[in-house]
Amino acid sequence: MFRPKTRYVALPSPRVGVGEEIDRLTCPKCDTSLEPARLTAALGVCYRCGYHFRLRAPERIAMLVEPGSFREEDQNIIATDALGFKDSQPYSKRIEQSRASTGVNEAVTWGEAILAGQPLVMVCLDFAFMGGSMGAATGEKITNGIERALHSRLPLLIISASGGARMQEGMLSLMQMAKTAAALGRLGAAGIPYISLLTDPTMGGVTASFASLADVILAEPGAMIGFAGARVIQQATYETLPEGFQTAEFLWQHGMIDLVVPRPELPTVLRQLLELYATNGVAKDFDLQPRAKASAPTPAVRG
Amino acid sequence: MTDNGSIAAATWEQVELARHPDRPYALDYIHAIFGNFFELHGDRLFGDDHAIIGGPAGLDHRTVMVIAQQKGRTTAERAMRNFGMANPEGYRKALRLIRQAERFQFPIIAFVDTSGAFPGAGAEERGIAWAIAENLVALAQARVPILTLVLGEGGSGGALGIGVGDRLLMMEHSIYSVAMPEACASILWRDIARKVEAAQALKLTAADLKRMGLADEIVPEPSGGAQNDYGMAADAAGAALRRHLATLEAVAVDRLLEDRYQRYRRIGATS
Ligand SMILES: [Zn+2]
Repeated sequence: MFRPKTRYVALPSPRVGVGEEIDRLTCPKCDTSLEPARLTAALGVCYRCGYHFRLRAPERIAMLVEPGSFREEDQNIIATDALGFKDSQPYSKRIEQSRASTGVNEAVTWGEAILAGQPLVMVCLDFAFMGGSMGAATGEKITNGIERALHSRLPLLIISASGGARMQEGMLSLMQMAKTAAALGRLGAAGIPYISLLTDPTMGGVTASFASLADVILAEPGAMIGFAGARVIQQATYETLPEGFQTAEFLWQHGMIDLVVPRPELPTVLRQLLELYATNGVAKDFDLQPRAKASAPTPAVRG
Repeated sequence: MTDNGSIAAATWEQVELARHPDRPYALDYIHAIFGNFFELHGDRLFGDDHAIIGGPAGLDHRTVMVIAQQKGRTTAERAMRNFGMANPEGYRKALRLIRQAERFQFPIIAFVDTSGAFPGAGAEERGIAWAIAENLVALAQARVPILTLVLGEGGSGGALGIGVGDRLLMMEHSIYSVAMPEACASILWRDIARKVEAAQALKLTAADLKRMGLADEIVPEPSGGAQNDYGMAADAAGAALRRHLATLEAVAVDRLLEDRYQRYRRIGATS
């Protein structure tokens, strides 16, 4: 496939009216009718009750990185209908519709950017594109991002929002779990830090692969995070599910994530983590074999 | 019946064979193929999960590490095995065995037979997704040959959680799918009755996976299915495992790991 040369892209500034929920502008949690401008100023967090609206990938990226620093990669990678899958409509048509309605070509956007003065690789999933589901093209882009972090020795940030593996690509989707995990295995072995931010919702094969394999796992308040959906669990077990089941806070209580971070505090937390994890070795010629080398503290050369 | 309809019916027949109640399960194969299987128990963290079993076993003049999903045959055993649906403890026991296999240089032989990881509140509380994900990395990096054989059902991430390796073999009437047809039908059509259609669309038979280049070999079953002759099915499985293991054992370990990485890396690659 033809791969375009890296180029700078201008991203829209954070705005409301893009996310499906934000369109309604009524808080799904407290039912307050919200003023668009105020909601935007509050980074898509309900100023009455703190509910975190879902964000599109471009909004997320623009919200976090230094303006103009994001260099998008692989934007022309498009899913293919390898199985000839058809549910209520052919998958090929579904891809076309999703591309048209979301303005992006896939459920993930990635590139290099600068955050808190630190160059890094940022991978961001987009729930608006087929529920953020991971098909072969999605997995390919994520893996390309991980491998870039590995080869350029840059910290990795992945922001997840996904219903899981993309059914319409069958086993080709499932195998992306193994592919992304294997790439992260190499990243971890090379001593390059990976921070994962779980946002609403992060489920299924995405949670059970790259999203949970980070050195530090953060989550947004109230985000639904898990493997099997609550409905599936109830149908299978008839269990009464505990209050707050599968919320970020629930997972934090059970030791699955490091911190629940309200959106406005995210830049501060990421800055702190990047300072801590990217100081000793990432930017340096950290050798794969002699680990002793890494124990000698090296001064931060960037950020 | 339309052409499409008859293909769907044939696919559904495969699904039913893969789930046949008399089909040989992992322990049937293990006892037939290996000598001196010693089952190890427990994940050393929380408990012992009887849906995933494993331990060292003799194969010819070497020791291998067997990791397998085990279904139950009687009502009591089905309950004990949780219908072959593992909790995090099962995946963490598997992880313990993967690490041990690496330490003692035992090749790993994994038998996949599950409709999926267990969808339960406790499984979520104890991080089922975390347990599976960690195994994906551990298997990708384990410095020993790894063979995976799908015996019956290969269900989603629950199967993949012990299913990453150097070769993927499938019994002739086994299936492997991103989601079970029932789940797929209820998600995509909101109608579980369309499971037959879903099964066909998902391309989940052994033949489908072979065609897609995901499965390396289809292990022939006795006429009508493995339930008709356990010995014959196990002989065929044993022969295929020995053959692939011999090939992999001749490969230098760094090469082996690079090949394993590329094996997954190229799935869905665009360039
Ligand atoms: Zn609100």
